[in-house]
Amino acid sequence: MSSTLLFVIVGRNEPLYEAEFHKRGGAGASSDAATRQNYFVLHSALDLVEKAAWATSGMYLKVVDKVNNQHVSTFLTAGNVKLLLLHNGRSEDSIRHFFQDVYELYVKLSMNPFYRYDTPIKSTDFDTRVRAIARRYLLQS
Amino acid sequence: MNRSPLVNILDRPLGKGGATRSTTTTDQSVSLSSFAYLYSEMVQYHQNRVDSISELERRLEATGYSVGLRVLELLAYRAREYKRETRLMNILQFVSTTVWKSLFGKAADSLERSIDHADEFMIVDYAPITSTFVSVPSDFGGLSVDAYLSGIIAGILEGAGFPARVTAHSVSLEEGETPSSISSVVVLPPRKEKTVFLVKFAPTVLTRDNAMG
Repeated sequence: MSSTLLFVIVGRNEPLYEAEFHKRGGAGASSDAATRQNYFVLHSALDLVEKAAWATSGMYLKVVDKVNNQHVSTFLTAGNVKLLLLHNGRSEDSIRHFFQDVYELYVKLSMNPFYRYDTPIKSTDFDTRVRAIARRYLLQS
Repeated sequence: MNRSPLVNILDRPLGKGGATRSTTTTDQSVSLSSFAYLYSEMVQYHQNRVDSISELERRLEATGYSVGLRVLELLAYRAREYKRETRLMNILQFVSTTVWKSLFGKAADSLERSIDHADEFMIVDYAPITSTFVSVPSDFGGLSVDAYLSGIIAGILEGAGFPARVTAHSVSLEEGETPSSISSVVVLPPRKEKTVFLVKFAPTVLTRDNAMG
């Protein structure tokens, strides 16, 4: 159950992008209950993210919440778009690199004049690339 | 099917913004005349579709708003420091120096705080490029085409979490104020007015900033 990582991009009002990453060779899609619980944990961490956001001027907020065995790490872009990752204790470094690469991807996406800020991200290219980044940094263990 | 190689936008590099100009990379700046033409066309486009002056100003602001959001993300990324602004003075400094330098090649001419209202700030530019080549007829009652720029500023501030209302005002130059001349290539009669961007923050911003000490 905790071998999946959940990554969500949250804008002002709603999630803009969601992806689940599974360990290579691990079980397939996790059960429904586990997925729902993961989403719940991530969204309830949003309040803590808001609080932590104004306490620091860095973008990488590290771990903002710990539930059971799962940690929620956050990265805030300059436009206050939140990148949230639910994981079970990965190394800080690999998570930071993951966030930085996804951040770069997000900035490139927002340069597109046809992408309205704060709307769900539907681009399949974006999705493919995020998964590639996740494979590179998060699933190597 | 033979297509020219289209590079996906997600693969393109974002560049360093012209701060480091090597001979191999192409210059990222655009000629002033092409911008002026494009901008004048945009103003005419909106003018044909609105009924009132304030609506025109609002449309220009809306156009600038989405530019502002993108400028914020791009410049913060290019700075490579992975830092965001959380304090009011810092975000205003960011706008009047970093943003202005990257958009217009020079920092804004001044950043002032209003004496009467604690939540009002003014960014002054002596020669904004949007109104350099535009003359507003007198029956347009105070329209400032720099509304586009105030939209950009508003987009940046709101994106960073400091919602504000930004308006552009043309103020005649006071005695003794001489704007530094723009490049010698452009020969224009000296301007009689400077543009002041009045930034009025929402009350929540002030309370939060004061609470942060």
